[in-house]
Amino acid sequence: MFTKKQLLTKGLLSVAPHMFSVIPFGIVCGAIGIELGFSPILVYAMSIIIFGGASQIVFLQLLSGGASTLIAVTSVGVINSRHLLYGAVLSEYLDKLSFVKKLLISYLVVDQGFAESNKFFQKNKNEPYLHYHLLGSGGTLWIFWQLSTLSGIILGSFVPEEIGLKFAVPLTFIAIVVQDLKKLDHVIVMITCGLSSLLFFNAPFKSYIIISPIIALFVAALVLKLKK
Amino acid sequence: MTWSSIIIAGIITYFTRMTMVALVDRDLLGEKIKAVLAYVPSAVFPAIIFPGIFINDYGTFIEMNDPKIFGAIVAILVGYFSRNVIATILSGLFSYWIIIFLL
Repeated sequence: MFTKKQLLTKGLLSVAPHMFSVIPFGIVCGAIGIELGFSPILVYAMSIIIFGGASQIVFLQLLSGGASTLIAVTSVGVINSRHLLYGAVLSEYLDKLSFVKKLLISYLVVDQGFAESNKFFQKNKNEPYLHYHLLGSGGTLWIFWQLSTLSGIILGSFVPEEIGLKFAVPLTFIAIVVQDLKKLDHVIVMITCGLSSLLFFNAPFKSYIIISPIIALFVAALVLKLKK
Repeated sequence: MTWSSIIIAGIITYFTRMTMVALVDRDLLGEKIKAVLAYVPSAVFPAIIFPGIFINDYGTFIEMNDPKIFGAIVAILVGYFSRNVIATILSGLFSYWIIIFLL
Protein backbone atom coordinates (compact mmCIF):
# COMPACT_ATOMS: atom_id res chain seq x y z
CA MET A 1 0.00 0.00 0.00
CA PHE A 2 1.20 3.50 -0.84
CA THR A 3 0.90 6.50 1.47
CA LYS A 4 -0.84 9.66 0.30
CA LYS A 5 2.50 11.41 -0.09
CA GLN A 6 3.94 8.57 -2.17
CA LEU A 7 0.93 8.65 -4.49
CA LEU A 8 1.16 12.43 -4.84
CA THR A 9 4.84 12.10 -5.76
CA LYS A 10 4.15 9.26 -8.20
CA GLY A 11 1.50 11.39 -9.89
CA LEU A 12 3.88 14.33 -10.12
CA LEU A 13 6.70 12.21 -11.57
CA SER A 14 4.39 10.47 -14.05
CA VAL A 15 3.61 13.74 -15.85
CA ALA A 16 7.05 15.34 -15.44
CA PRO A 17 8.31 14.10 -18.86
CA HIS A 18 5.27 15.68 -20.52
CA MET A 19 6.57 19.12 -19.52
CA PHE A 20 8.57 18.98 -22.76
CA SER A 21 5.28 19.57 -24.54
CA VAL A 22 3.24 21.40 -21.88
CA ILE A 23 5.74 24.23 -21.34
CA PRO A 24 6.34 25.09 -25.04
CA PHE A 25 2.61 24.80 -25.77
CA GLY A 26 1.79 27.07 -22.80
CA ILE A 27 4.33 29.64 -23.96
CA VAL A 28 2.92 29.55 -27.50
CA CYS A 29 -0.61 29.89 -26.08
CA GLY A 30 0.27 32.99 -24.04
CA ALA A 31 2.28 34.54 -26.88
CA ILE A 32 -0.48 34.03 -29.46
CA GLY A 33 -3.00 35.75 -27.18
CA ILE A 34 -0.80 38.85 -26.92
CA GLU A 35 0.03 38.78 -30.63
CA LEU A 36 -3.68 38.74 -31.47
CA GLY A 37 -4.06 41.93 -29.42
CA PHE A 38 -5.83 40.70 -26.29
CA SER A 39 -5.02 42.16 -22.87
CA PRO A 40 -2.48 40.19 -20.80
CA ILE A 41 -4.90 39.83 -17.88
CA LEU A 42 -7.58 38.37 -20.13
CA VAL A 43 -5.18 35.93 -21.81
CA TYR A 44 -3.88 34.77 -18.46
CA ALA A 45 -7.32 34.53 -16.80
CA MET A 46 -8.27 31.93 -19.42
CA SER A 47 -5.58 29.62 -18.07
CA ILE A 48 -7.35 29.60 -14.71
CA ILE A 49 -10.98 29.82 -15.86
CA ILE A 50 -10.86 27.46 -18.87
CA PHE A 51 -7.55 25.62 -18.27
CA GLY A 52 -7.52 23.80 -21.60
CA GLY A 53 -4.64 24.49 -23.99
CA ALA A 54 -5.99 23.94 -27.48
CA SER A 55 -9.40 25.40 -26.64
CA GLN A 56 -7.85 28.61 -25.27
CA ILE A 57 -5.94 29.20 -28.52
CA VAL A 58 -8.98 28.44 -30.70
CA PHE A 59 -11.17 30.75 -28.61
CA LEU A 60 -8.85 33.74 -29.07
CA GLN A 61 -8.19 33.00 -32.74
CA LEU A 62 -11.92 32.84 -33.48
CA LEU A 63 -12.69 36.09 -31.64
CA SER A 64 -9.83 37.98 -33.27
CA GLY A 65 -10.94 36.61 -36.65
CA GLY A 66 -14.32 38.25 -36.16
CA ALA A 67 -16.36 35.18 -35.15
CA SER A 68 -19.26 35.71 -32.75
CA THR A 69 -18.78 34.92 -29.06
CA LEU A 70 -21.44 32.21 -29.45
CA ILE A 71 -19.29 30.39 -32.01
CA ALA A 72 -16.17 30.83 -29.87
CA VAL A 73 -17.87 29.50 -26.73
CA THR A 74 -19.44 26.59 -28.62
CA SER A 75 -16.04 25.63 -30.03
CA VAL A 76 -14.51 25.56 -26.55
CA GLY A 77 -17.35 23.31 -25.37
CA VAL A 78 -16.96 20.94 -28.33
CA ILE A 79 -13.15 20.73 -28.06
CA ASN A 80 -13.33 20.05 -24.32
CA SER A 81 -16.20 17.57 -24.53
CA ARG A 82 -13.56 14.80 -24.65
CA HIS A 83 -13.23 15.29 -20.89
CA LEU A 84 -16.62 13.56 -20.57
CA LEU A 85 -14.89 10.38 -21.74
CA TYR A 86 -12.01 10.85 -19.30
CA GLY A 87 -14.49 11.41 -16.47
CA ALA A 88 -16.43 8.26 -17.39
CA VAL A 89 -13.20 6.25 -17.16
CA LEU A 90 -11.99 7.88 -13.95
CA SER A 91 -15.33 7.68 -12.13
CA GLU A 92 -14.65 4.03 -11.31
CA TYR A 93 -11.61 5.01 -9.26
CA LEU A 94 -13.04 8.18 -7.72
CA ASP A 95 -16.30 6.51 -6.71
CA LYS A 96 -15.67 6.55 -2.96
CA LEU A 97 -14.81 10.24 -2.71
CA SER A 98 -17.29 12.65 -1.14
CA PHE A 99 -19.34 14.81 -3.51
CA VAL A 100 -17.34 17.94 -2.64
CA LYS A 101 -14.02 16.20 -3.25
CA LYS A 102 -15.33 14.95 -6.60
CA LEU A 103 -16.28 18.53 -7.51
CA LEU A 104 -12.82 19.79 -6.59
CA ILE A 105 -10.68 17.09 -8.20
CA SER A 106 -12.68 17.31 -11.45
CA TYR A 107 -11.09 20.70 -12.16
CA LEU A 108 -7.72 18.93 -12.54
CA VAL A 109 -8.80 16.36 -15.15
CA VAL A 110 -6.63 17.08 -18.22
CA ASP A 111 -5.28 14.96 -21.09
CA GLN A 112 -1.83 13.94 -19.88
CA GLY A 113 -2.86 13.71 -16.22
CA PHE A 114 -5.81 11.50 -17.11
CA ALA A 115 -3.60 9.31 -19.31
CA GLU A 116 -0.87 8.75 -16.74
CA SER A 117 -3.11 8.41 -13.67
CA ASN A 118 -5.40 6.02 -15.56
CA LYS A 119 -2.40 3.80 -16.37
CA PHE A 120 -1.50 3.76 -12.68
CA PHE A 121 -5.11 3.13 -11.59
CA GLN A 122 -5.44 0.10 -13.89
CA LYS A 123 -2.48 -1.56 -12.17
CA ASN A 124 -3.34 -0.50 -8.60
CA LYS A 125 -7.13 -0.79 -8.39
CA ASN A 126 -7.27 -1.52 -4.68
CA GLU A 127 -5.22 1.36 -3.30
CA PRO A 128 -7.34 3.38 -0.84
CA TYR A 129 -6.01 6.85 -1.70
CA LEU A 130 -5.83 6.56 -5.50
CA HIS A 131 -7.10 10.11 -6.02
CA TYR A 132 -3.84 11.50 -4.64
CA HIS A 133 -2.14 10.25 -7.81
CA LEU A 134 -4.54 12.33 -9.91
CA LEU A 135 -4.00 15.26 -7.55
CA GLY A 136 -0.24 14.94 -8.15
CA SER A 137 -0.47 14.61 -11.94
CA GLY A 138 -3.24 17.17 -12.49
CA GLY A 139 -1.84 19.61 -9.93
CA THR A 140 1.62 19.53 -11.54
CA LEU A 141 0.13 20.12 -14.98
CA TRP A 142 -1.94 22.99 -13.60
CA ILE A 143 1.04 24.75 -12.01
CA PHE A 144 3.22 24.42 -15.11
CA TRP A 145 0.40 25.50 -17.40
CA GLN A 146 -0.01 28.70 -15.34
CA LEU A 147 3.73 29.41 -15.32
CA SER A 148 4.22 28.70 -19.02
CA THR A 149 1.25 30.74 -20.28
CA LEU A 150 2.46 33.60 -18.05
CA SER A 151 5.94 33.31 -19.60
CA GLY A 152 4.42 33.35 -23.07
CA ILE A 153 2.48 36.51 -22.21
CA ILE A 154 5.66 38.21 -20.98
CA LEU A 155 7.87 36.98 -23.84
CA GLY A 156 5.18 37.73 -26.43
CA SER A 157 6.46 37.84 -29.98
CA PHE A 158 9.99 36.90 -28.89
CA VAL A 159 8.93 33.28 -29.14
CA PRO A 160 10.28 31.97 -32.44
CA GLU A 161 7.65 30.16 -34.49
CA GLU A 162 10.02 28.44 -36.90
CA ILE A 163 11.60 25.99 -34.47
CA GLY A 164 8.31 24.10 -34.45
CA LEU A 165 7.89 23.54 -30.71
CA LYS A 166 4.22 22.77 -31.31
CA PHE A 167 5.39 19.45 -32.77
CA ALA A 168 6.07 18.38 -29.17
CA VAL A 169 2.30 18.08 -28.68
CA PRO A 170 1.67 15.09 -31.01
CA LEU A 171 4.93 13.56 -29.72
CA THR A 172 3.78 13.67 -26.11
CA PHE A 173 0.61 11.77 -27.04
CA ILE A 174 2.59 9.28 -29.12
CA ALA A 175 4.56 8.57 -25.94
CA ILE A 176 1.27 7.94 -24.10
CA VAL A 177 -0.25 5.41 -26.52
CA VAL A 178 2.85 3.83 -28.10
CA GLN A 179 2.90 0.76 -25.84
CA ASP A 180 -0.67 -0.08 -26.88
CA LEU A 181 0.62 -0.65 -30.43
CA LYS A 182 1.45 -4.14 -29.12
CA LYS A 183 -2.27 -4.97 -29.04
CA LEU A 184 -4.04 -5.42 -32.36
CA ASP A 185 -7.44 -4.31 -31.03
CA HIS A 186 -5.95 -1.02 -29.82
CA VAL A 187 -4.12 -0.51 -33.12
CA ILE A 188 -7.43 -0.85 -34.98
CA VAL A 189 -9.10 1.68 -32.66
CA MET A 190 -6.18 4.13 -32.95
CA ILE A 191 -6.08 4.00 -36.75
CA THR A 192 -9.85 4.47 -36.91
CA CYS A 193 -9.61 7.55 -34.70
CA GLY A 194 -6.60 8.99 -36.51
CA LEU A 195 -8.03 8.58 -40.02
CA SER A 196 -11.43 9.93 -38.88
CA SER A 197 -9.73 13.00 -37.41
CA LEU A 198 -8.12 13.77 -40.79
CA LEU A 199 -11.35 13.07 -42.64
CA PHE A 200 -13.46 15.31 -40.38
CA PHE A 201 -10.76 17.91 -39.72
CA ASN A 202 -12.77 20.65 -41.38
CA ALA A 203 -16.05 19.83 -39.63
CA PRO A 204 -17.51 22.89 -37.83
CA PHE A 205 -16.45 23.86 -34.28
CA LYS A 206 -13.33 21.61 -34.44
CA SER A 207 -15.76 18.77 -33.78
CA TYR A 208 -13.34 16.21 -35.27
CA ILE A 209 -11.85 16.05 -31.78
CA ILE A 210 -15.01 14.36 -30.44
CA ILE A 211 -16.47 12.84 -33.65
CA SER A 212 -13.41 10.65 -34.25
CA PRO A 213 -13.28 9.22 -30.69
CA ILE A 214 -16.98 8.36 -30.91
CA ILE A 215 -16.43 6.54 -34.23
CA ALA A 216 -13.37 4.80 -32.75
CA LEU A 217 -15.32 3.70 -29.65
CA PHE A 218 -18.03 2.20 -31.89
CA VAL A 219 -15.30 0.26 -33.66
CA ALA A 220 -13.95 -0.77 -30.23
CA ALA A 221 -17.40 -2.12 -29.33
CA LEU A 222 -17.44 -4.08 -32.61
CA VAL A 223 -13.97 -5.46 -31.93
CA LEU A 224 -15.08 -6.56 -28.46
CA LYS A 225 -18.05 -8.40 -29.98
CA LEU A 226 -15.83 -10.19 -32.51
CA LYS A 227 -13.35 -11.20 -29.80
CA LYS A 228 -16.04 -13.18 -27.98
CA MET B 1 -18.42 40.75 -23.68
CA THR B 2 -15.18 38.84 -24.05
CA TRP B 3 -14.92 38.40 -20.29
CA SER B 4 -18.42 37.01 -19.90
CA SER B 5 -17.87 34.59 -22.79
CA ILE B 6 -14.63 33.37 -21.18
CA ILE B 7 -16.50 32.72 -17.95
CA ILE B 8 -19.27 30.84 -19.78
CA ALA B 9 -16.66 28.83 -21.71
CA GLY B 10 -14.96 28.07 -18.39
CA ILE B 11 -18.19 26.88 -16.78
CA ILE B 12 -18.97 24.64 -19.77
CA THR B 13 -15.42 23.23 -19.69
CA TYR B 14 -15.69 22.56 -15.96
CA PHE B 15 -18.96 20.69 -16.57
CA THR B 16 -17.27 18.49 -19.19
CA ARG B 17 -14.75 17.53 -16.49
CA MET B 18 -17.13 17.18 -13.57
CA THR B 19 -20.33 15.64 -15.00
CA MET B 20 -19.18 12.03 -15.33
CA VAL B 21 -17.10 12.11 -12.15
CA ALA B 22 -19.59 13.72 -9.77
CA LEU B 23 -23.09 13.71 -11.27
CA VAL B 24 -23.48 10.40 -13.12
CA ASP B 25 -23.75 7.27 -11.02
CA ARG B 26 -21.28 4.76 -12.41
CA ASP B 27 -23.69 1.88 -11.82
CA LEU B 28 -25.85 3.39 -14.57
CA LEU B 29 -23.16 2.35 -17.05
CA GLY B 30 -23.52 -1.29 -18.08
CA GLU B 31 -20.68 -3.82 -18.17
CA LYS B 32 -20.47 -3.52 -21.96
CA ILE B 33 -19.98 0.23 -21.81
CA LYS B 34 -17.34 -0.16 -19.12
CA ALA B 35 -15.46 -2.61 -21.35
CA VAL B 36 -15.58 -0.15 -24.26
CA LEU B 37 -14.35 2.67 -22.01
CA ALA B 38 -11.05 0.79 -21.58
CA TYR B 39 -10.31 1.94 -25.13
CA VAL B 40 -10.73 5.67 -24.38
CA PRO B 41 -7.01 6.61 -24.55
CA SER B 42 -6.57 4.74 -27.85
CA ALA B 43 -9.81 6.26 -29.18
CA VAL B 44 -9.08 9.89 -28.22
CA PHE B 45 -5.36 10.67 -28.47
CA PRO B 46 -4.86 9.81 -32.17
CA ALA B 47 -7.30 12.69 -32.85
CA ILE B 48 -4.61 14.95 -31.39
CA ILE B 49 -1.64 13.05 -32.89
CA PHE B 50 -2.72 12.68 -36.55
CA PRO B 51 -3.72 16.33 -37.24
CA GLY B 52 -0.63 17.47 -35.27
CA ILE B 53 1.55 15.60 -37.75
CA PHE B 54 -0.31 15.56 -41.06
CA ILE B 55 -1.99 18.98 -41.09
CA ASN B 56 0.00 22.23 -41.06
CA ASP B 57 -0.80 25.59 -39.45
CA TYR B 58 -2.88 26.64 -42.46
CA GLY B 59 -5.20 23.64 -42.23
CA THR B 60 -3.89 21.81 -45.31
CA PHE B 61 -2.23 18.41 -45.65
CA ILE B 62 1.57 18.29 -45.49
CA GLU B 63 3.76 16.75 -48.22
CA MET B 64 4.74 13.12 -47.77
CA ASN B 65 8.41 14.14 -47.35
CA ASP B 66 7.66 16.52 -44.47
CA PRO B 67 10.18 16.25 -41.59
CA LYS B 68 7.29 15.82 -39.11
CA ILE B 69 6.54 12.38 -40.57
CA PHE B 70 10.17 11.36 -40.09
CA GLY B 71 10.17 12.74 -36.51
CA ALA B 72 6.97 10.85 -35.68
CA ILE B 73 8.32 7.55 -37.03
CA VAL B 74 11.53 7.95 -34.99
CA ALA B 75 9.48 8.77 -31.87
CA ILE B 76 7.23 5.72 -32.36
CA LEU B 77 10.21 3.37 -32.78
CA VAL B 78 12.14 4.84 -29.83
CA GLY B 79 9.01 4.87 -27.66
CA TYR B 80 8.03 1.33 -28.55
CA PHE B 81 11.40 -0.16 -27.63
CA SER B 82 12.58 2.17 -24.84
CA ARG B 83 9.23 2.52 -23.00
CA ASN B 84 10.55 5.93 -21.96
CA VAL B 85 8.43 9.07 -22.35
CA ILE B 86 11.32 11.56 -22.37
CA ALA B 87 13.26 9.51 -24.94
CA THR B 88 10.15 9.33 -27.14
CA ILE B 89 9.51 13.08 -27.15
CA LEU B 90 13.15 14.18 -27.48
CA SER B 91 14.06 11.66 -30.19
CA GLY B 92 11.09 12.91 -32.23
CA LEU B 93 11.95 16.59 -31.70
CA PHE B 94 15.67 16.19 -32.42
CA SER B 95 15.22 14.09 -35.54
CA TYR B 96 12.74 16.73 -36.77
CA TRP B 97 15.17 19.57 -35.99
CA ILE B 98 18.09 17.78 -37.63
CA ILE B 99 16.14 17.66 -40.88
CA ILE B 100 14.88 21.26 -40.84
CA PHE B 101 18.13 22.85 -39.70
CA LEU B 102 20.85 20.69 -41.25
CA LEU B 103 19.42 19.39 -44.48
